[in-house]
Amino acid sequence: MKKEIIKINDLKRDFTMGTETVHALRGISFGIEEGEFVTIMGSSGSGKSTMLNILGCLDQPTSGTYEIDNVSVKDLSRNELATIRNEKIGFIFQSYNLLARTSAIENVELPLLYNSKVSTEERRERAIKALKMVGLEERMDHTPAQLSGGQQQRVAIARSLVNNPVMILADEATGNLDTRTSYEIMSLFQDLNKKGITITFVTHEPDIAEFSSRTIVLKDGNIIQDYKNDNIQSAAVELAKLPKQDN
Amino acid sequence: MRLLNLFKIAYKAIILNKTRTLLTMLGIIIGVASVIAMLAIGEGSKESIRTTISSMGSNMITIRPGADDRGPARGSGGNVQTLTFKDYEKIKEQTTNLISYITPMVNGGGQVINGSNNWPSTIYGVNPEYLNIKVVDLQSGSMFTDTEVNSAAKVALIGQTVVDNVFPDGEEPVGQMIRFNNIPFKVIGVLEEKGENTFGQDQDDVVIAPYTTVQKRILAIDYLNQIVASAISEDDAPEAVIQVTEILRSQHKLLDTEDDDFTVRSMEELISTFSSTSEMLTVLLVAVAGISLLIGGIGIMNIMYVSVKERTKEIGLRMAVGGKGSDILMQFLIEAILISITGGLLGVFLGLGATLFIENFLHWPTSVALYSIVISFAVCAITGIFFGWYPARKAAALDPITALRYE
Repeated sequence: MKKEIIKINDLKRDFTMGTETVHALRGISFGIEEGEFVTIMGSSGSGKSTMLNILGCLDQPTSGTYEIDNVSVKDLSRNELATIRNEKIGFIFQSYNLLARTSAIENVELPLLYNSKVSTEERRERAIKALKMVGLEERMDHTPAQLSGGQQQRVAIARSLVNNPVMILADEATGNLDTRTSYEIMSLFQDLNKKGITITFVTHEPDIAEFSSRTIVLKDGNIIQDYKNDNIQSAAVELAKLPKQDN
Repeated sequence: MRLLNLFKIAYKAIILNKTRTLLTMLGIIIGVASVIAMLAIGEGSKESIRTTISSMGSNMITIRPGADDRGPARGSGGNVQTLTFKDYEKIKEQTTNLISYITPMVNGGGQVINGSNNWPSTIYGVNPEYLNIKVVDLQSGSMFTDTEVNSAAKVALIGQTVVDNVFPDGEEPVGQMIRFNNIPFKVIGVLEEKGENTFGQDQDDVVIAPYTTVQKRILAIDYLNQIVASAISEDDAPEAVIQVTEILRSQHKLLDTEDDDFTVRSMEELISTFSSTSEMLTVLLVAVAGISLLIGGIGIMNIMYVSVKERTKEIGLRMAVGGKGSDILMQFLIEAILISITGGLLGVFLGLGATLFIENFLHWPTSVALYSIVISFAVCAITGIFFGWYPARKAAALDPITALRYE
C-alpha cells in the first residue's frame, strides 16, 4: 500500500458572521495517497476554498483532524504552520502571484529564502533544476512582464516544485489561461505526476477533472462524490487535437 | 543566513522603487544635514568667542570694587573706593602659588595731545607685569621699570590707534613727548596691534603709564580702580578666584552676613557667559533641525504604510510559501532602517557640504563636531526602527488568506 500523505477525518470548519454561524465544511473525511492526482470540484459556496485553505495549512479546522505527511496540523502555531507550508506544500495560484520586476529564477528561489537550511548555492541549483522541469531554463532572467501567461504559470509551478513538497496544491491554476495554454499546463502537471509528484487541483471546470486520477466533488460542505477516474485523458493528446494555430 | 536573505529582499524592494525611496529619504536627508550644519555653526561661533576671549588673556582675573554689577540697576562699581593698594599687596603676598602676575590698575579718560594733533583716549596706570597679564608685546621701545613706578615717572606706552591719530605723519613716537590732560609724558614704547575685542572695543586705543603717575598726577586718588592678575594656568583660575575673594573679605573685615563689596571675575566666567548665549542659539537651531528629522521619520512611516498596503498580495504570497510573521516584520523593518540610514548617510554628506559652503562663501566660523554626526546618525537608525515598526507589524499581522485574495 502506498503512503498516505493526507489524512482527513470528520473535518469541520465553521465561520461566525455576526450572530450567525456558517458551516463551510460539515464533517469531511478522505485521504490522499502519494502519487495521486486529485481534483477537488464544486460550485461556489460548496466549501471548496475553505477546503483548499485548510489543505494548504493557511487555515485550521474547527474540529476533526488533518494530518499532512504524518504531522497533525490541528494544534500548530502560526509559525509552525508557516514551516509546514514551506517544507511540505507547493502552492500554485490562479493569478500566478509572481513578484513583479523580479526575474523568473528569483521568483522560483523565493520559498527557499525562508528555509535557513538551504545555502545560497543550493538555492540557485535547485531553482535552475525546477525551471528545467517546466522547460523555462532559457528564460530564467526574464521578469513576469516579459513572459506570457502560460510561461508565468510555469514559473509558478517551478516555484512550487523547488522545495520538494510532498504535495502540490493548485488553485484554479488554469483559470486565467486560454484552452490551448490550459492543456499545455495540464500536460505539464500530468508529466510531473508521472514522475511521482502528488497533485491536488482545486477547480470548478469539469474538463480539468478528466486529466486527473481521482475526483472529489463538494456540495454545501459535504463530499457528494469521490471516484477514481478509470479513463484518464492525456492533455498532450487533447492538445494535438486542437486546430493548429499560426503564431 | 536568514537575516542576510531578509536584507537582500529589503534591498531589492528599495531598488525597485528608486524614485519613491529617494523622495522618502529626502526628509531624513534634509533633517540630518541641517542638524550637522546647525551644530557646526553653533560650535563655530562658540569657538570663535573662546578664541577672541583667550587672546585677551585667558588666565586673567579681574578684581573690581563694588558688588557684582551683572544684575540690572546697580551703581557703577568704578566709583566705589573700597579697593586699596593694601589689598593688592595682600593678594600678591598670599597667592603666589596660584597667581603669576598681578598689577594694580587705575584708569581715566582724557585727551592725548601732540602738537596740533589730539585724540580722546584712556590712560591705564599699571605696573610692568601688565604686559604679561594682557599678553601684549611691544612693537618698539621698552616697558617702564619698577624704579620708574616708584618714582612716578612721567613715561608712557601708547597703542597703535593713538599712534595713528597723534603721530599722523608716520614719525617714530618713541622718544617723543605727548601730553595727557596737560601732563607731559615721554613715549617710551608702542604696543603691538591687537585689534578689536569680542565686544567691539578697540584694544589699541590706550595709553599705559605707571599706576603711581596716573594716581598722583592725573586722577589725584589713592585707591585703585581694579586689580588685574593672571593665574598660573587656566585650571588655577577658579581656585585663585576663591582665594582672592577670601583674602579681600578678611581685608575688608566683612561679616558673614554681608555681601562682597568687590567683584572677582575670571575670563573663564566671561567665556561661559558668552558661550551660554551661543549654546542657547545652538539648542534652538538643533530643535528646528530635530523637528525636520521627525517629519522625515513620519514620511518614512507614511511610505511604509503605503508600501505594506500596496504589497499586501506579495505579503500573502510570502506567507503562503513559508514566510513567518517575524520574517515579514523584519523585511519591512530592515527596509525602513535601510531607507533611514541611507538617508542619514546622504544627509551627513550634504551637511558637511553645506558647512563647507557656509564657511567659504558666507565666511561664518564653523566647526563640525564629530558627536553631531554620530548623534544624527544614531537618531536616523532609531527613527527607522521607530517609524518602521508599526507598519511592519501591521504587515506581519496580516492573515495570509485575506492577503492572498487582496486586490
